[in-house]
Amino acid sequence: MHRYIVKRLLLAIPTLVGAAALVFVLMRLIPGDVCVVRLGAGGTHVDPASVAACHRQLGLDNPWIVQFLDFLWSYCTFDFGISMWSGNPVVQEIGTRLPVSLQIAVMATVIAVLLAIPLGTISALKEGTWLDHVVRVVSIAGIATPSFWLGIMSLILVLNVTSLATGTPWLPPIDYVPPWKDFWRNLSIVALPAITVGYRYSAVTMRITRSAMLEVLREDYIRTARAKGLIEKIIINRHALKNALLPVVTLIGIEFAFLIGGLVITEQVFNLNGIGRLLVQAVQNQDNVLAQALVMLVVAIFIFTNLVVDVLYAWLDPRIRFS
Amino acid sequence: MNIRTGLWTLGVALAASIATAQAGAPTPKRGGTLTYLIPADAPPSFDGHRETTFATVHTVAPYYSVLIRVPPDDPSSTTEFVCDLCTEMPKPTDGGKTYTFKIRPDVKWHDGSKLTAQDVATSWNMIVFPPKGVTSARVSYYSMVDKIEAPDDSTVVFHLKYATTAFLPALADPFTWIYKKEILDKDPHWYEKNIMGSGPFKFVSYEVGQSIKGVRNPDYYHKGQPYLDAIEGIFTPKQSVRTDALRADRAAIEFRGLPPSARDQLEKELGDKITVQDSDWNCGNVLTPNQRHKPFDDVRVRRALALAIDQWHGAPALAKIATVRTVGGIVFPGSPLAATKEELQQIAGYWPDIEKSRAEAKRLLKEAGAEGLKFELLNRNVDQPYKFVGTWVIGEWKKIGLNVEQKVVPTGPWFQNMRAGTFDVAMEANCQSVVNPVLDTGKYLPGKIFPDNYGGYDDQTSIDLYNKMQYETDPKKQRADMRAYEKHTLDEMAHEIVLPYWYRIVLARSYVKGWKISPSHYLNQDLSNIWLDK
Repeated sequence: MHRYIVKRLLLAIPTLVGAAALVFVLMRLIPGDVCVVRLGAGGTHVDPASVAACHRQLGLDNPWIVQFLDFLWSYCTFDFGISMWSGNPVVQEIGTRLPVSLQIAVMATVIAVLLAIPLGTISALKEGTWLDHVVRVVSIAGIATPSFWLGIMSLILVLNVTSLATGTPWLPPIDYVPPWKDFWRNLSIVALPAITVGYRYSAVTMRITRSAMLEVLREDYIRTARAKGLIEKIIINRHALKNALLPVVTLIGIEFAFLIGGLVITEQVFNLNGIGRLLVQAVQNQDNVLAQALVMLVVAIFIFTNLVVDVLYAWLDPRIRFS
Repeated sequence: MNIRTGLWTLGVALAASIATAQAGAPTPKRGGTLTYLIPADAPPSFDGHRETTFATVHTVAPYYSVLIRVPPDDPSSTTEFVCDLCTEMPKPTDGGKTYTFKIRPDVKWHDGSKLTAQDVATSWNMIVFPPKGVTSARVSYYSMVDKIEAPDDSTVVFHLKYATTAFLPALADPFTWIYKKEILDKDPHWYEKNIMGSGPFKFVSYEVGQSIKGVRNPDYYHKGQPYLDAIEGIFTPKQSVRTDALRADRAAIEFRGLPPSARDQLEKELGDKITVQDSDWNCGNVLTPNQRHKPFDDVRVRRALALAIDQWHGAPALAKIATVRTVGGIVFPGSPLAATKEELQQIAGYWPDIEKSRAEAKRLLKEAGAEGLKFELLNRNVDQPYKFVGTWVIGEWKKIGLNVEQKVVPTGPWFQNMRAGTFDVAMEANCQSVVNPVLDTGKYLPGKIFPDNYGGYDDQTSIDLYNKMQYETDPKKQRADMRAYEKHTLDEMAHEIVLPYWYRIVLARSYVKGWKISPSHYLNQDLSNIWLDK
């Protein structure tokens, strides 16, 4: 297993270099640059001399190849650079936002798993019954509903319900506070986004759990287990669900990695200062250094999550471990 | 009734009316925390000398002082300026070329040390003559300044190269914060990431992209102010969040401006719990035909583009959905140098009879061989009001048979396309802070004089007319010169098409008092005169 993990980590290096080259080129294909955006942000005029000075200061007047080699070398030395927009270290910029995104991603994943696996399993076990239909309607609705729309609707609902009930509309706080500073205030801020994202996430997972369970329940070894007289609870938990979880684990891993950097609109709707919003800002501001770092972070999270998923595979299915 | 009785009655009535007026103006209350919304992600830096975005002003202005400013209690005035750090507004000497300011003796930095004229002169020298490696975004505003010096600790003298009416408004620019000389001498970049001023509030904390907090400066030199104990600005880039936050009283005010839909919604839902202040905005969209591209090098085609647009009927209709309202020329409508309606109606694109105007546009297009012309309108990916105005303009052009496609791009590519000249017609913005017609209209000069005029034309007549207006100090003559420059720019050559000016709508919870709207979201943001009636 150790050799397998080391091999996978070594294979991650070309993936990271490839991603670095891709994001480097793509960022520079966008017309304009951070100096022009920054100096003209107010809609006032852009002084060409100031733009030229800014280019020199940020090294944007160097040839692309020099900039790319600088970029690669600085990553080799774990120097992730300075944001071209704010002048703050990239580590600081990301460090401020990562806890927000991480908290939402973890909470949404917990909600999704707690909803999806029991409901998906029940739906498969009660195939064709009213319970199955209800679960399918809930899951299809979740897939069809964008989480940001659900977020907007939930905020409007909260405002209107509290307005009707108390005469004063209420809204969760809009300035994020970490849980270790004020747990209840933090919970009131993150609960709605976690639920709205978690619902969509659970809907997809529910569908996969149901179909995987249906497939497994038709397998010969389940029939054999029943023929041996094993009680249904053991058949479901020990033999069916564990095997059905293989595709579900993959999905949870991919979704979790996506949530770290992909909650762009949800973060905006709930005024959360997360990684997704930062990535959009970085691209809009043409802050190449920050955008590159964020893409590399997301790539690294995907690589790590896939590795964890593969290790879990081996735990769930001994055949993979032995091969 | 004899004379004595009459006079007595008049006196009583006068005293009563004064008493009533005084009673009507409530006395400011001390205390409380103002939570306000900053409609941006975060400012790129805290340094006002370097930045151009309102995000920097709304975040940091309460912590700094300036030399002069627009009157905080009448910020909509386009001609009046008052002292902040100086003791009185100076009368220029030396034929209008020397301005001597006396600096208040009672100003303290937030670290407790005394602010002197040396700090003021050093800050202004950094703005006007930035040393190598230091960026100052407004150097071009101060091309008239020859030298700035502080002969002693209470006097700052500005020596100009020539007398101009543009100087005082430029001096009142809201980004020109006074920094401490000792800090600037050690590190001219210190103020990019740190805050230490002499303004009404002292900086407490900053969470990047989240909030900024400050507390009352007890040593503030405008005695009695500020009224608030503390302030907190919350960064909220999304408009729906800002509207909801005002509705639920999570924040009390948003200073930049919200669209009419938000005003209508909140007025309906909150009634008298919300107040609205609105004003013409010293910002506007401008259409720039690219004269390097055929057929836009033909003045007939450019005039046709202007003549097709029904500004007089379009502006009030647009005002219902977009942040625009007043029809104007190249000068902000509230300024004494601005054109009257009658004067505007002599210019292409402002004719009162739109049918006649469009008939003329069609005739010109036919004459130029450009009937049914197909081209692209380059626009910025900003809803209010860029995309609304762009969509309206395309509809107007369609009425004379033009086939126009709107190309909407983010800010970077938008600038880049204009700078590279890779566009047919661009939707630009001319957004200024202090109303300063002489500087504001420099935008319409050819690119060789004003590098970010993207029209790609050369026009010596335009330069001559501008210079004549610029150096004129007699208000009447300057106004006439401005009309000639405007007529040449918009009518005879149709280099640019000025669209309705933006309209600023500021919504606040009704307990927020003292703050007055101005024609710019950059102005009057030190928050010293705000108080809470609750």
